[in-house]
Parts: sequence; structure tokens; C-alpha cells
Amino acid sequence: MMEKKITLSDVEKVARLARLGISPKDKENFERQLNNILLYMEKLDELDTGDCEPLAHVLPLKNVLREDRVREGLGQDEALKNAPEKKDGFFIVPPVIK
Amino acid sequence: MENMNYETVIGLEVHVQLKTRTKIFCGCPVGWGGEPNTRVCPVCLGLPGVLPVLNRKVLELAVRAGLALNCEVSGFSKFDRKNYFYPDLPKAYQISQYDNPLSGPGWIDIQTEGGKKRIGITRAHLEEDAGKLVHFEKEGYSGVDYNRTGIPLLEIVSDPDFRFPREAYEYLKTIRTVMRYIEVSDCDMEKGSFRCDANVSLRPTGEKELGVKVEIKNMNSFKAVERALAYEVKRQGELLAVGRPVVQETRLYNADLQKTFSMRSKEETHDYRYFPDPDLVPVILEKEWVEEIRSSLPELPGPRSERFREQYGLPEYDAGVLTAERPLADYFEAAAAHTSNYKALSNWVMVELLGKLNDSDSTVEESPISPEQLAGLLSLIEKGAISGKIGKQVFAEMFAGGKDPEVIVEEKGLLQISDEGELDKIVEQVISENPGSVADFRGGKEKAIGFLVGQVMKITQGKANPGLVNQLLRRKLT
Repeated sequence: MMEKKITLSDVEKVARLARLGISPKDKENFERQLNNILLYMEKLDELDTGDCEPLAHVLPLKNVLREDRVREGLGQDEALKNAPEKKDGFFIVPPVIK
Repeated sequence: MENMNYETVIGLEVHVQLKTRTKIFCGCPVGWGGEPNTRVCPVCLGLPGVLPVLNRKVLELAVRAGLALNCEVSGFSKFDRKNYFYPDLPKAYQISQYDNPLSGPGWIDIQTEGGKKRIGITRAHLEEDAGKLVHFEKEGYSGVDYNRTGIPLLEIVSDPDFRFPREAYEYLKTIRTVMRYIEVSDCDMEKGSFRCDANVSLRPTGEKELGVKVEIKNMNSFKAVERALAYEVKRQGELLAVGRPVVQETRLYNADLQKTFSMRSKEETHDYRYFPDPDLVPVILEKEWVEEIRSSLPELPGPRSERFREQYGLPEYDAGVLTAERPLADYFEAAAAHTSNYKALSNWVMVELLGKLNDSDSTVEESPISPEQLAGLLSLIEKGAISGKIGKQVFAEMFAGGKDPEVIVEEKGLLQISDEGELDKIVEQVISENPGSVADFRGGKEKAIGFLVGQVMKITQGKANPGLVNQLLRRKLT
């Protein structure tokens, strides 16, 4: 039996951080699947990466910049179009305790 | 309450809004106030499928700031996602910088009661601002305005180098002055372009390890920062004195009550799960570009203040006031090029000019009196053409109408009377009209001559040369 990398409590923590409610059955499912994914990724450990610089991005690009020039945005009506609730130009959300 | 055996340790996080036209990753205009959700686009609203692109001006301003803070400006830098759920953050993450900030360790000198003190800068990194929440209490919900979302911020993190709340206050003032000098930010606390959070802890004197720290938020003015810190130091000291633990937490400052209160809202510590933002490619600064920016930096307020003391022989106080804002320092130097009486010039600028500008709610740049004109006024006084008192009258006229001092003196006939013959008659008149004071003076009351001089000045409407009047009076009375 391989060492477990992800425990049930890890799954619960990740679910909580992502604000996901999951059933007990799914929890066990995800625990197994996540462990399998990590096991599979361990294959990479076989490579000697001692001489490699850590990679910050997969694309061979740097310094992609735009000029400080105003571009037309959406406008209030358009911006709020998909909002489930709106009022006086605001997106309405459940009360946030101050 | 004595805290003698504890040492205060304070570190500050300052958020400075960079002065750009548009947001950090999209072309929405940066503004203040106005209708909600009118300066938004798919990028800053976090709509699916959009890509952020870094604003070149943001990078330039951040490099300027980093250099002015004596930081190592990193060749390699990248952006990371800081994940948390809050409605002011439409993407559920904030784009920030985690392990490769744009600027690394640096320092800045501040003035303290005990002289100059060097404060370490841990780092200065870029991030986007969040939106603004409005609470509709009666209706029982909140509203979100995303106009502020994506406004470029530079977060400047200090080392825990402050031992007194006053030092934190001086540091904030210094940072603001520097950022304004290099034209990186307006640093207007009221408009939120300059914000500050603090970490405060106490430790037994001599102890190396830091005590439990408390984060203080919601301090909306420099004074509030100083007061909140003083309160917090006292609170923690009182806990420790009776052997109770300080709880690691975030506390909000209430300026009305002048106290800090626990936020008590977090049931667990934050787990931001930073990871590199795949939507943004790394920034690798070219040395030549950084050096180009370095050479474009103006002389900074600290060195400039020292130069003012040396070059113009000004007291520390004057040098500090005159160099606090770049336009004022420029004004002084422009005028100083036309006079050699620097201390007098300093007085005129600090008292008369700043006073009038303040009264009329205008800036140095808007001064109706040019530096050359002010220098001209000084030289009229120095030459004895007018008295200092008349000078103030001329100054007021100059401020009101922008005319040259020479013209005003001419038009109003304010030239100082230095003609002995002319003054002689008036002196005689004053002597004969004030036998009492004359007797007092002759009786040894030195002060009485001041009154007699004053009488002559009154008759001549301040135009008599006071030195000469004094001489004439003495000659006649002794």
C-alpha cells in the first residue's frame, strides 16, 4: 500500500476553501482520485532537474506591456446586465458584515 | 501603566496608488467618485476568457518608487494570484506579487527626536486594488462598485524597525513626501491613494524573538495611525503586565472612540494559496532602462533638505518646511538665485507666501507672485528703499494683482523717506508733541525712544527709514 498523500481532512479543507459542499461519498471518491493524480505526477521525480531554472511561465515570453491609454469599457448598463440582482448601479450581494 | 520592561516593535504596510491614466491590467480610466460601475470592462470585472496586460506606466512608476526607496530593483519579477472569496474581488483572487516582488530590500531615512534613523524596506510589490462595498443596512444587503477594481497599487512593506508610534508617523510623512517628489502618487489619504496597515507587538527588552503580533487596520489619517499605535501598545502592555496573552488577530481602529477592536470574523487563518498567474508573463527589467529611470529621478527631499542647510545656511526647521514639497523647494531656489539673503527669503516664503496661499486655498504653482518678483521685493528692503513693514503691504498688493514690487512702490509712493531734511521736520514735531516721552528718555528710560520712533512712523505712514529716525531722535535728545 502506497503512502497516502491526500487525506479525507485535506479534501475537506480544499472543499471549504473553494466553498464547495460535497457528499461523504464524493469525499472518498475525491480522496482516491487526488491521490492517484499525485502518484502519477511523481513520475516527474525520475527526471534530474538539478540544472533547470524554475519555470515561471510555459510561454517563452516576457515584458508584454500595454500603453497607458484609455479604452472604452462596458458602461453601467452593460456591466450589470448579467447581475442576478442590481440596484442604483450596484451589484447586489448578500450582506457583508462590516 | 509602565511598559519599562517591554520594547515596542512596529512594522508598516503602505499602499500607494500609482498615478496612471488607466488601471493596471486594462484600459479603464482611473478616477475617484462618480456613478458606480461606470469605469469597468470585462478584464477588471473578471469575465471569463479575458486576459490582463500590464500597463507600461505602472511598471515605470513602480521602478521609480523602488529606486527612490534605495531598493534592489529586481531583474526578474512575476505576478501571482492571491485567492480568497469576498464580493469586492470579482475574480475570487487578487493579482499580486508573492515570491518575486519588483523591488527587494531597501531603506529610507527618517527624522526622529534622537536624530536621523534608517528604516529598512523589506519589499515593494505591485498589486491590483479591490472594489468598494456599500452597505444597505435597512434593506439587509450590500452593493458592490467595481470602479476601483484594478487600480494600480504599490505595497511598500517596512522592516519591523519602529520602536515608537511617532517614528511610524514620521515614516509615513517621509514616504508620502518622496512619492510626491518623484511624481509616482498623489498620496491623498482622504481619497484612498495612500493607505496604511500596521503590525504591532511587544517583547521583553533585550529579547531577540518577536512577540505575538496584532495587525491594525482602518487608520484613515497620519494622526489616526499614531493614535491607534499608541493605544495598541498600551493595550498589549496592560495585558502582558497582568500575565495575560496577546492574541494574534486583526483589529480595526475606531477614530471616534480612539480604540482598536477585534475583527473577530475569521474562524480560521487565511490560506491564500498563492500561485503564479498563468495569464501574465514574467517581467524582466533591462538594466539600461532601470538606469535611465534612475538618472531621471529628481533630487530627493532628504538630500535636498541637507543641501538647503549647507548651501543656504538655513536652520533645520526651515530646510524641512521648504523641501517638504517639490514645487515649494523649486520656488525657493528660483528666488534664491536672485538674492543672497537666504534666511530672509526663507521667512518670506514660509510665513507670508505660504500664509497667503493657504488663505486663498491655492498651491505654490498658482502663486501670483513669481520667485523673481519676491526676490525683487527683498532687494528693495535690503537696499533700504522700503521698510520691512511697507514690504508686507507691497507683498499683499503683489499677491492681489501680480504687479512687480518696484511698480507698486512707485505707484503708491511708498519709497522710504531717507532724506534727513524731510525727516528732521517731522522729528521736531514729534518731540514737541510728546514732552512726556521725551522726559522719560532723558531720564534714562531707553524704551521711550521706541514710542517716539513709532510716532514718526505713524505720521509718515510707515515710510520713514526707522534707523535714520532713531539716529535723528538720539542726536536731538542727547
